[in-house]
Amino acid sequence: MRFSVKIAALAAGISLLAASAAQAVEIQYWQYVYDTRVKAMDELIKNFEAANPDITVKQTTFPYDDYQTKVIAAHAAGNGPDVLQFYYGWLDKFQQGGVLQALDPAVFPNAEIEKDFFPIVSAISRDGKYYGLPTAVRSLALFYNKNILKDAGITEPPKTLDELVADAKKTVKTDGAGNITSEGITLDFAGQDHQWWREVLVRQFGGVPYDDKGNVAYNSDAGVKALTWYTDLATKEKVGAVGFMDEGQAAFKGGLAAFTIDGTFRLGSFRPITDFEWGVTELPANADGVRGNFASYFANGLSADTSGDKKAAAEKFLQYVTSPEAMQIWLKTVGELPARRAAALTDANLNDPIYAPFLKGLDYAHTTTFVDEAAQRQGAIDMVNRVVLNGESPADSLAEAAKAEQAIIDKAKK
Amino acid sequence: MAESVSARSTGAAPTGRVGSRLTLHQRRVVWAWGFLALPILFYGWIRFYPTLYAFWLSFTDWDLMRPAQFIGLENYQRLFADPVFLKVFGNTFEYLLIGMPISLVLSFVIAYYLDRVRVLHGFIRALYFLPFLTTAAALAWVWRWFYQPVPVGVINGLLSHLHIPAQPFLRTPAQALPAITVTGIWAGLGFQIIIFMAGLRAIPATYYEAARIDGLGEWAILRKITLPLLRPTTIFLVVFSSIGFLRIFDSVFNMTHNDPGGPLNSTKPLVLLIYQTAFSSYDMGYAAAQTVVLFVILLVISLLQLFLLRDR
Repeated sequence: MRFSVKIAALAAGISLLAASAAQAVEIQYWQYVYDTRVKAMDELIKNFEAANPDITVKQTTFPYDDYQTKVIAAHAAGNGPDVLQFYYGWLDKFQQGGVLQALDPAVFPNAEIEKDFFPIVSAISRDGKYYGLPTAVRSLALFYNKNILKDAGITEPPKTLDELVADAKKTVKTDGAGNITSEGITLDFAGQDHQWWREVLVRQFGGVPYDDKGNVAYNSDAGVKALTWYTDLATKEKVGAVGFMDEGQAAFKGGLAAFTIDGTFRLGSFRPITDFEWGVTELPANADGVRGNFASYFANGLSADTSGDKKAAAEKFLQYVTSPEAMQIWLKTVGELPARRAAALTDANLNDPIYAPFLKGLDYAHTTTFVDEAAQRQGAIDMVNRVVLNGESPADSLAEAAKAEQAIIDKAKK
Repeated sequence: MAESVSARSTGAAPTGRVGSRLTLHQRRVVWAWGFLALPILFYGWIRFYPTLYAFWLSFTDWDLMRPAQFIGLENYQRLFADPVFLKVFGNTFEYLLIGMPISLVLSFVIAYYLDRVRVLHGFIRALYFLPFLTTAAALAWVWRWFYQPVPVGVINGLLSHLHIPAQPFLRTPAQALPAITVTGIWAGLGFQIIIFMAGLRAIPATYYEAARIDGLGEWAILRKITLPLLRPTTIFLVVFSSIGFLRIFDSVFNMTHNDPGGPLNSTKPLVLLIYQTAFSSYDMGYAAAQTVVLFVILLVISLLQLFLLRDR
């Protein structure tokens, strides 16, 4: 069955190739500006054009802050790209707005996608149709500063939340006035901590962040416990300070934090560190050994505006940028993990001390279905600030955050 | 002027070639409008049309994706029931009420004394003016670094050196807004000083000489001569700096970049809220309603100030 599908796809591909060979096609590819991503895509385009001399791909990039606006405005004006990159969390907005078209199952069979890719790709399917495919996926892990751990007499990184707190207490440094001068663990909800809290801590404390219908479900005992545990790091244990060095990653990079939780995408900016050695380990488990992770990705999708020859060329390009070969190039250049199991779970990657913790995390990772990513993140930031800065009780602050986020979700469903 | 031109031109008009049926005055008017037409059309198209369109949008639910639907006053009802909007509304006035008077008094005092300094006058004036020439975003990032907690923050480093407890500055709802206002005042100070100095220089020296001969003290001269004669300058600066503080955006956005307008909306001005509503939530209709409110505020304040400070 699958074989015949492949043959059919191949035949379709060949016939399209034959049809489009007659004339050169130029397609537009859009993504946001990020040095390594642009470089990786340049390399992919070069390889693709060498294999398909009749197709040229033009890459256009925009600053991240403007990217969504540009995509939406270009679609409204009818001059959008043929293939575009989008964060999985933007899908609802883009799909409702008709920016994207569903992938043709004849070219991208669902069964193969579900077999070959990590299960988190389901986040970009709606009603059995896929709206894009990722090249790479990102997950979280615990980064640790080996030098600070060694100085504190810690021989191996923490495996559980309790060990993490204990190690953070041993490594935090304060001056005479009680100000933190070097953090045990960075506390940065605006960074990745809100994802860690939502998809990992809430579950580890026995709850779920959202129910099956996508409504807020963290307003529970588990949610209160998870939030209390997190805010206690700042208020009770005093192993970190919100806003220390502005961003958690800056504190870690500056050698002023023993632990930070961050994603694969941070590898590129941590690699040049020469002042100290650092390592990566899986996110800590709870006392019962339950682990969790948050995975996310940017997918490449086909614009609703592309059709005919351009669509055929765009489909071929999409096939190439989500091929195992492209994923290896992406891993090498950007540092993000391949989205296909076979490409990701190679012996080399699994034995790599840096990639392995992220890859293990993908097995038990969850994704959040955002309806308004910025607003939902803001709500989470405010929830922590109310407790840490204003001294509100975690239960009250959580209830308020749950109400506000549910309002955002309700509005999006309308 | 126009009357004298037309008076002279009526006699000369019926002497000639093409378009001779028009009087010289009429021809001048046609020419003038001809030249004015382009900028008027341009302005109408890029300024007034979008402004009017924003008014229309504020009555719709446009979200960029689906066609706009008329929903009446729903956006405005939502606005005045929205606690975030009310908070932001208050913040906007807090920027104005702290920033405008302080910056005005400070720049006047500096200009007043700088006017008397002869040594290195140009150099000192340039130093005050320098921040005004710098990009607001760059200023904001430098100040953000000043305000950091101890290991990196300059101000807190100094405080801890003097054994004064470290201050959270941008990290607390109570201090964040004043901390940002300070940056705004500092950035605009140079411009206001220059304008005040120009105003001071424009007051004829003879008034001062006469006053001194009559035996007036410095304080009386300041009150009776300098301040009244600086009135036009002051009006200009009050309006200019008020609008500046009401439209504050770049320093807030850059200084609270990880949590724009935070913590807990304590520094969020109206313009930043509009930006977020429009370009991160894509709630264009609601953002347009917020813009209309800002427009009305700016209009009322400008008119009020012109009325209060008018020549009697």
